[in-house]
Amino acid sequence: MKIHEYQAKAILAKYGVPVPSGEAVFKASDAKGVAERLGGGTVVVKAQIHAGGRGKGGGVKLAANPAEADKIATQIFGMTLVTHQTGPEGRIVSRLLVEQGLPIARELYLGLVIDRAAGRPVIMASQDGGMEIETVAEKTPERIHKEYVNPATGLAPFQTRKLAFALGLEGDQVGKFGKMVTALYNAFIGTDASLVEINPLIVTKAGDLLALDAKMTFDDSALSRHPGLKELRDLDEEDALEVEASKFSLNYIRLDGTIGCMVNGAGLAMATMDIIKLAGGEPANFLDVGGGANKEQIRNAFKILMSDKNVRAVLINIFGGILRCDILAAGVIAAVQELGVRVPIVIRMEGTNVEEGKQMLRESALNFTTANSMGEAARQVVELAK
Amino acid sequence: MAILLDQTTRLLVQGLTGKEGTFHAKQAQSYGTTVVGGVTPGKGGTTHEGWPIFNTVAEAVRETGANTSVIFVPAAFAADAVMESADAGLRLVVCITEGIPTLDMMRALTYLKDRPATRLVGPNCPGAISPGKAKAGIIPGHICREGRIGIVSKSGTLTYEAIHQLTQLGMGQSSCIGIGGDPLIGTSFVDVLGLFGDDPETDAVVMIGEIGGTAEEEAAQFIRKTFKKPVVGFIAGQTAPPGRRMGHAGAIIAGGKGTAAEKMAALSAAGVTVVKSPADIGTAVKSLL
Repeated sequence: MKIHEYQAKAILAKYGVPVPSGEAVFKASDAKGVAERLGGGTVVVKAQIHAGGRGKGGGVKLAANPAEADKIATQIFGMTLVTHQTGPEGRIVSRLLVEQGLPIARELYLGLVIDRAAGRPVIMASQDGGMEIETVAEKTPERIHKEYVNPATGLAPFQTRKLAFALGLEGDQVGKFGKMVTALYNAFIGTDASLVEINPLIVTKAGDLLALDAKMTFDDSALSRHPGLKELRDLDEEDALEVEASKFSLNYIRLDGTIGCMVNGAGLAMATMDIIKLAGGEPANFLDVGGGANKEQIRNAFKILMSDKNVRAVLINIFGGILRCDILAAGVIAAVQELGVRVPIVIRMEGTNVEEGKQMLRESALNFTTANSMGEAARQVVELAK
Repeated sequence: MAILLDQTTRLLVQGLTGKEGTFHAKQAQSYGTTVVGGVTPGKGGTTHEGWPIFNTVAEAVRETGANTSVIFVPAAFAADAVMESADAGLRLVVCITEGIPTLDMMRALTYLKDRPATRLVGPNCPGAISPGKAKAGIIPGHICREGRIGIVSKSGTLTYEAIHQLTQLGMGQSSCIGIGGDPLIGTSFVDVLGLFGDDPETDAVVMIGEIGGTAEEEAAQFIRKTFKKPVVGFIAGQTAPPGRRMGHAGAIIAGGKGTAAEKMAALSAAGVTVVKSPADIGTAVKSLL
């Protein structure tokens, strides 16, 4: 689960990471008051959306005084912000963060993720703050410094010093950095995060270290033990159909093709998308209905697929093993009749009683085509979607 | 021979008294696996469907001589169950449970490093089967056939697909191992390839990867350097959009890394026969033998 910058900063501040003073506003007209409370000087007005590249897209601007903050907030609030991460449709800005402006001496990078190969957290720091870390990793990997944390011992003070000196910090900045990294690590572990990123981490002209930007992503599998975090989910940032599907425990991701897919198992669902593309079609979605594939879930899945108006044909690919295909067929027929599904449907299924299942589909007088293999199913559905 | 599971397997089911545990314990037994009992804390001393239930894994091992366990306990308790079975000295622990918090798994894997005698397969996997010998997990036995092809895969139903294609073409399997789709797992592609490499009853291997992480690239390097048997590879997620988690917790292209294209290129360069279509896995194996 992703959260907004202002929410991430509030969490990090609670763990002891220094962040600039500021407040989030949900109406443009509140920005001026925040700027006044921050002392009336320079502030930064920042669009809050779940995507990077906000500055380049015109979603982050400096204001010299409260009056200007008011003007800029009015411009940014409600705008459709397009960045390289939002796609061409962009996102509508409905939250702003108004923060004190700070004199910046240096911009650094600090991030923390679980390294999959090592099976432990890795802290990454770089002197190249403000750039995308992927770009730094590709062009100048030697400018990313890493420390792996042993989960049994936790982060050791020497590790934070190694990073601080590698970044060229000196004097009391080394201790300040150590405290910041430790706080960041504690926040990561304490919230079951999957990513925490401070980019940039700034050194001010006065020598203070602060998180100028912050990003946190949480492990969905651990959210149940953090009820407070779940409330930070912003449904406006997610696709409405995907939100609807998640209510039915359906794993659905919307794409822009014309062939709807209904599959059991994540790997087979991805492979089904791949084979549709190879057959010359475009998948409209990823959809894993899970191991059950019972009548209720099939009905829910059809509801979601049929809400996408681009869908011209549906491919159902269920490898049941022990699942009974006659029961599956009955569920599909019932769902199609109840919901009045009109698009052609190609079904490929494996399991017990396959022949009975196919016969039921053929005799239903509905628009079904049955296939004996994945390859055949893909060719048929692509043809039908034309 | 086969790998991981064979006639010497004595299987313990952690979470046997649950619905899934009961169902799959029966399936395993009817497939010919020696299922020796179950563990459900608090229900020790009772029996369930004829099997003895124990409070702890250690007790179950003492009483039944179990050497392998399969875990069906809920996600919140599964990492603990993994550590308990390692503590009891089981040689193989197969964890089926999906949705274990990553930090829990990280701690369990750290714990396992001190217990090298125990191998963990999974979590979030369909388990393993050695056709005609034994199974631990949820892979349907009836689609398999005894033979000489090894399968290793991150995905469940896609494994069934591969098994099915091989069986249809008359090629049986030595062992099929689902390693799981989570970011942190106990047994890697490289581990399983190593085992297949040493298994005289395995002639060729099907390897099914998916987007996310670098496990397929590591496997490619291993194959190039030391693996002598023919390998057919497929990578799911060639059309997956970047930055989206495709069902499995580990299936995500992050920061432009972990794409199917990168993995397919690495495997091809290592001499693996990489098929673009999942429908071609079986025929590709046939053409190599």
